[in-house]
Amino acid sequence: MVKEIEKAGITVVQMANLIPVAKTVGSNRMVPTISIPYPLGDPNTSQEEQWKLRYHRVGIALDSLETEIKEQTVFKVKI
Amino acid sequence: MKKAILYLNQFFGQVGGEEVADHAPEIREGLVGPAMALDKALGNDVQVTHTIICGDNFMGSRQEEAVDTILGFLNGLEFDIFFAGPAFRAGRYGAACGHICKAVKEKFGVPVVTSMNDENPGVQMFRSEMYIFEGGKSAAAMRKDVGKMAKFGVKLLFGEELLSASEEGYYGRGIRHQKWLNPEVPAVDRVIDMLLKKVRGEEFISELPMPELDLVPIAPAIKDLSKAKIAIATTGGIVPLDNPDRIQSASATRWGKYEVSKLDSLSGGVYKTIHAGFDPAAADANPNVIVPLDALRAYEKEGRIGSIHDYFYTTVGTGTTQAEAARMGIEMVEDMKAAGVDAVILTST
Repeated sequence: MVKEIEKAGITVVQMANLIPVAKTVGSNRMVPTISIPYPLGDPNTSQEEQWKLRYHRVGIALDSLETEIKEQTVFKVKI
Repeated sequence: MKKAILYLNQFFGQVGGEEVADHAPEIREGLVGPAMALDKALGNDVQVTHTIICGDNFMGSRQEEAVDTILGFLNGLEFDIFFAGPAFRAGRYGAACGHICKAVKEKFGVPVVTSMNDENPGVQMFRSEMYIFEGGKSAAAMRKDVGKMAKFGVKLLFGEELLSASEEGYYGRGIRHQKWLNPEVPAVDRVIDMLLKKVRGEEFISELPMPELDLVPIAPAIKDLSKAKIAIATTGGIVPLDNPDRIQSASATRWGKYEVSKLDSLSGGVYKTIHAGFDPAAADANPNVIVPLDALRAYEKEGRIGSIHDYFYTTVGTGTTQAEAARMGIEMVEDMKAAGVDAVILTST
């Protein structure tokens, strides 16, 4: 799906837990998430922590959309 | 008695060579050229009743007209299976076989079988949509290639057990089937065997081969995100509670788009995940962990992004073949383009 979106010229970032799979399949912009069942907020942490993590990682995804890249790139997250 | 019809180009249809490649489609009763070999290979219970002949250039440059004419010929004829080729390495012929097989399959719902060499561009164009047998480089392989098509055709027609693509000899279509092994070796034993082979540096064959890496050109960065319209898409199966489009929980072939223009976040109890590949508890309680509408809405309010697209796009990514995923992606992208979406955040689980 990512590739078809990108092929059409729409800039796309994939937020995925399985980064090696995303890479193999051919995503170009990638941002890691924390797990499969809850990619952007661990229910074992407080609502506030979950929100911080989600806000931060979506922010990185937005940064990636503004970044020119020359090869497949995994963008680094801080939390 | 089952009935078959064969499609040939002008050369194999014995009309002539390159000088008559503009030959308009025609249908003849009975057997022309390779139709004789096919008829023989199909045995006593299947008969080739007609041969269709069309020039490669006619099909190449006036494809719609050619296909419509041929479908017209077939209308009213009784047939149980449709063959085309073999096309060997002939590119135009391979594409022609693919186009006509696709059209016949769609209109009449009969199985279609063709054959091409792996260098034939028709293979990549059509392999996901039909049975294309691995064929030789040139007409020297005619008998062998026709034989493979016929053998499989008979199996299809009489409901015999079909083996995997590589065992049967056609190019994998990207479709997975459940299959019972004989002897039955549990997955846990197979994986340990595979691991031991890997450790010993021996060759092993993966049961889930990854397609070769096929990169698409990198889309340019968005110059000014504060003016951009962003859409969210997901393979995490987030849907409205009643799953109105009945997207499957695994091996999905359907996708949906749902309006969120008036929402600041996705509420549990209103949205849920139907993804069968993980424990849904966290996502059901807070769907934003998969479709982060709340965070993106915050960025919209800050002016970091221009707007969020009125809809998010969703399907389920477990067991879904790459061929289906690509098709759904193509369908989504049409909708995104029509809506003026500049960029997409796609979350996968």
